[in-house]
Amino acid sequence: MSATDQDPKQANENPELIVQGKLADNERLKDESNYLRGTITNDLGDELSGGFRGDNFQLIRFHGMYAQDDRDIRPDLVARKLEPRKNVMLRCRLPGGIISPEQWLGIDKFATESTDYGSIRITNRQTFQFHGVLKENVKPMHQWLNQLGLDSLATAGDVNRNVLCTSNPVESQLQKEAYEWAKKLSEHLLPKTRAYAEIWLDKEKQFSTEDGIEDDEPILGKTYLPRKFKTTVIIPPHNDVDMHANDMNFVAIADKSGKKLLGFNAVVGGGLSFTHGMKHTFPTTAHDLGYIPAKKLLDCAEAIVSLQRDWGNRVDRTNAKTRYTIARVGLETFKAEVERRMDHQFKPVRPYELTERGDRIGWIQGEEGLHHLTLFVENGRLLGKKKEGAAEIARIHKGDFRLTANQNLIVAGVAEEDKAEIEAIAKAHGLIADTTEQRQRAMACVSLPTCPLAMAEAERYLPTLIDEIEVMLKKHGMEDEYIITRIAGCPNGCGRAMLAEMGLVGKAPGRYNLYLGGNRAGTRVPKQHLENATTEEILKEADTLIERWSKERNDGEEFGDFVIRAGVVKEIQCSATDFWD
Amino acid sequence: MSDPNSSMPVPVQLTEQLSSLTAQQKAFLAGYLWAESNGAASAVVGLPAAAAVGGAPQRSITVISASATGNAAGIAKKLTEKLKSEALDVTLTSAGSYKARQLAKEDIVVISTSTQGDGEPPEEGVPLHSYLFGKKAPKLDGVSFAVIGLGDSSYPLFCQAGIDFDTKLGELGAERLMDRVDCDVDYEAASDAWIDAAVAKLKDVAGGSGAAVAGAVSAVDTYTHEESAYNKDNPYTATLLTSHPLVTDNAGRIIQHVEIDLDESGLQYQVGDALGIVTNNPSELVDEVLGLCGLSGDENIEGRAGTANIRQALAQQCDLNQLTPKFLADYAATAGSDDLSALVEDKDKLQDFQAWTPLVGLLDAYPQKLEAQRLYDGLKPLAPRLYSIASSQEEVGEEVHLCVGLVDIEANGRVYHGSASGLLSNRLEEGDEVQVFVEPNPRFRLPESGDTPVIMIGPGTGIAPFRAFMQQRNADGAQGRNWLFFGNRNYRDDFLYHAEWIEYRDSGLLHDVSLAWSRDGEDKVYVQDKIRENAEAFWQAIEEGAHIYVCGDASRMAKDVERAILDVIAEQGGKDEDDAVEYLNELREADRYQRDVY
Repeated sequence: MSATDQDPKQANENPELIVQGKLADNERLKDESNYLRGTITNDLGDELSGGFRGDNFQLIRFHGMYAQDDRDIRPDLVARKLEPRKNVMLRCRLPGGIISPEQWLGIDKFATESTDYGSIRITNRQTFQFHGVLKENVKPMHQWLNQLGLDSLATAGDVNRNVLCTSNPVESQLQKEAYEWAKKLSEHLLPKTRAYAEIWLDKEKQFSTEDGIEDDEPILGKTYLPRKFKTTVIIPPHNDVDMHANDMNFVAIADKSGKKLLGFNAVVGGGLSFTHGMKHTFPTTAHDLGYIPAKKLLDCAEAIVSLQRDWGNRVDRTNAKTRYTIARVGLETFKAEVERRMDHQFKPVRPYELTERGDRIGWIQGEEGLHHLTLFVENGRLLGKKKEGAAEIARIHKGDFRLTANQNLIVAGVAEEDKAEIEAIAKAHGLIADTTEQRQRAMACVSLPTCPLAMAEAERYLPTLIDEIEVMLKKHGMEDEYIITRIAGCPNGCGRAMLAEMGLVGKAPGRYNLYLGGNRAGTRVPKQHLENATTEEILKEADTLIERWSKERNDGEEFGDFVIRAGVVKEIQCSATDFWD
Repeated sequence: MSDPNSSMPVPVQLTEQLSSLTAQQKAFLAGYLWAESNGAASAVVGLPAAAAVGGAPQRSITVISASATGNAAGIAKKLTEKLKSEALDVTLTSAGSYKARQLAKEDIVVISTSTQGDGEPPEEGVPLHSYLFGKKAPKLDGVSFAVIGLGDSSYPLFCQAGIDFDTKLGELGAERLMDRVDCDVDYEAASDAWIDAAVAKLKDVAGGSGAAVAGAVSAVDTYTHEESAYNKDNPYTATLLTSHPLVTDNAGRIIQHVEIDLDESGLQYQVGDALGIVTNNPSELVDEVLGLCGLSGDENIEGRAGTANIRQALAQQCDLNQLTPKFLADYAATAGSDDLSALVEDKDKLQDFQAWTPLVGLLDAYPQKLEAQRLYDGLKPLAPRLYSIASSQEEVGEEVHLCVGLVDIEANGRVYHGSASGLLSNRLEEGDEVQVFVEPNPRFRLPESGDTPVIMIGPGTGIAPFRAFMQQRNADGAQGRNWLFFGNRNYRDDFLYHAEWIEYRDSGLLHDVSLAWSRDGEDKVYVQDKIRENAEAFWQAIEEGAHIYVCGDASRMAKDVERAILDVIAEQGGKDEDDAVEYLNELREADRYQRDVY
């Protein structure tokens, strides 16, 4: 056994802090998976089905893939007695969202040649996804990524996923340090199993149970975490990473110069997913734990992750995330256990403020004199001409690319003499165009046709919805303003609609719940205003509210603040009690 | 012979009763009692019992039918019945249940055989055929024979199987009793004439001089099945339930799943059987033909169904796609085209032209006015089309399912369709009527035991009967292993019934699947390649008693598959070619290698 005991019963000195009961089936699945191997290799060799079967359907998530199919054509294929067009979505591991031009050209090539949709989808967790990879291309894809120096290990499943880091390239010094920590965190918390290397990269099996030497997961444990776990490193006051959507955040605290990193505030227990109609599930913002010096970062992270590993609910997956553990045991108990595990006491939280979340679209100059071009990518979807433009830039770019948590693309580190050429390419390919702040700050998850959980359109509806809202803003003389608008195809949280001023959460095709009252800084969860409403009903209500906002707002008042002050919705102060009442 | 009444060791009452019997009854009784005295007849009354009663001995006749659709079998049956009524000693058997090695011991053999499109004998005649043409062919001195062949003169090797049997039997030393007759699609008149001639001849050579002993139909007559009120001549008017595509729009062709409601007909079928579809021609095509021939459509003709107008006759009675060499020659004689005249003289070119040119193609390329009667007389009768049934009644009840590939025929820069496949794919709407009958295929049956392993090789629409097999094995709770070999162009576009095969695999009914795709990837892969690839497991399955089934294209696939199976037998079983052929023939005779190829 490793230093950190993996048996939760033994590790925990307070057995009553563990939820007792019949373990969720996913616990059996992880336990029996032989450190995430399952029988994935058999499925790869199966001629009959294009999909992954049984436990493997879930296990491939730990390897960064989701089993999906094209839902647009599913009914037609089923009618023809054919198998749905099964494929996988791959999510890369890209801590802090930084990728080199060479790597970009590699992923561009794969997306073009070997995926059904031919797109690169930049996600709001600073990485990219391939959509529509057929089974025969899955193993070659991993080998392709590997030779590019990329992997997709643990970007999904019950593990610590891709670690975010504020993209702000202006404060270059601080950002560089923060990014290095994000990368270290990602690597420190990665599964240590060799399953990924064996299955996808044909690496020799080095461990076998027959030898008595097993794979070892000193931090995550043999059954990994109870649920997905999300981490950010954030440089305030810019909240581009949407800190409150995450289980564990480290808020960078700099010295007075603003250039040298001192340490971090640990902020834990944010998360946005809920289940329609299940009142024990709710989105909530994260809680401050305290300050630690930078050198204690990995210890602190490991303590929080191992605590959640041991205390998290493994009986009910809808209540298994860190935020429910905190709600159950209390923040003080949680904090004390983290301190015990990292053998260090938190200092009081250093003051910090979050002001806004959007990216600064266009050119900005950093501390070191280099220039950075942020390209607005609607929905993060690079396809066709825009994707070609990004590849064109990659061919001549000497710096790097940064994928932002707002699903945009930063061409970072451009010398003065290269600016014009890059800008010309971007313009020629539609990557620089006149857009409103309303559009730039909007967001949607992928949803239909690929996401199996989707209940309604999200990405494909967003542009139309923004068109409509732009018209309303103009009509009411508010065209210089914006409302942070987000659509999620289901309540699982990917579209982060639960941190929007106006959030739509899918219920059924063409129907959504409408949530109002988040704020621009992303520190408040919105409240349900309409239930199961048609898009027509939502647009009508939006028009009414925008008109009222234009007439009744206080000076500079945000839409989210206005709807609360005007009594349109109640402010959510404590999600556990306020979200459903 | 002395006075029977005083010398016979039987009661007087019995001899009195005997005197009241007909000659035939007496003959039967003689044989029966003879067999009884040898301890054999107690089992069955009426089974073969041959004994000469005085005078020249009666000769025994064995009628063997090799039939694909039942026509050759029907002729054999009719002949046998007539011979029986003449009190000749005759036994009827199907080639499928006939042991080829018996041949040298036969007295008189009559063979009624059809011919497949590629000149091969029908499936059940293959073992006998390959035995006669193999290295172990017997000497047949002392055997007499006669052959009647059925065929379709629109195919190049017309009646080839009949020719083969007739020639080979002669070469092996047997005595030809009468000349072979080759019958075309419209065979009844010719076959009836031949049957009458054969009866006369056989009465003469086999009748003997004393009383005859009645023969009987072999106990293993495989054509015994529940006679339905509906058949080819009296089809049932069923309802089309649905016809929808089984392949994607990228497949480059159309293959339909068809469901037909048999409703209250009482029609029963077994898995392996075929469904006959009475077909017709689309009115646009008929109009086009009429236009090209300069006919109005109202002209009357004297036809097989009496007087009819030509429009109706073309729609209902004539094959407008498959032309015969005879018609082409007749047409060329008056077409005034040197090209066409030259073409019909060149056998190869004619064959090619005939294979690819429908009537409209001919009329368009070499136009001439045609009289209605001449047109009608030149065209083949429109035969019902047989489709291997793709369902089991255990699963679908009063429905019957088919898997239909729409046949494209290119001519005049347009695409026309096969008559029946067009009917089922395009022309019929759901709820429309369609005339059908069940065509039994006793030579394509699941093993009796559900524990027997099954290997199913059915690329393309050849998969149809195997869907029925799986439904049946599922309903039976059969425990034997099931192994499917399937192939088509693309895994994702035309994997017929893909979702169902996945379900069968996941439920544990389907154990092994070997798939071959001819247009995925760089190499064209076919089912025969997969057989070779799995040679060891294939051989092991054979050794474990597996039954092998092949369904689909006869001209290439079935041959390539058979070659692969022979290679596996030779390689894995350590046999030379002759022994491998022998081994496969044994499998065939044991009903362990069955084919439904067309």
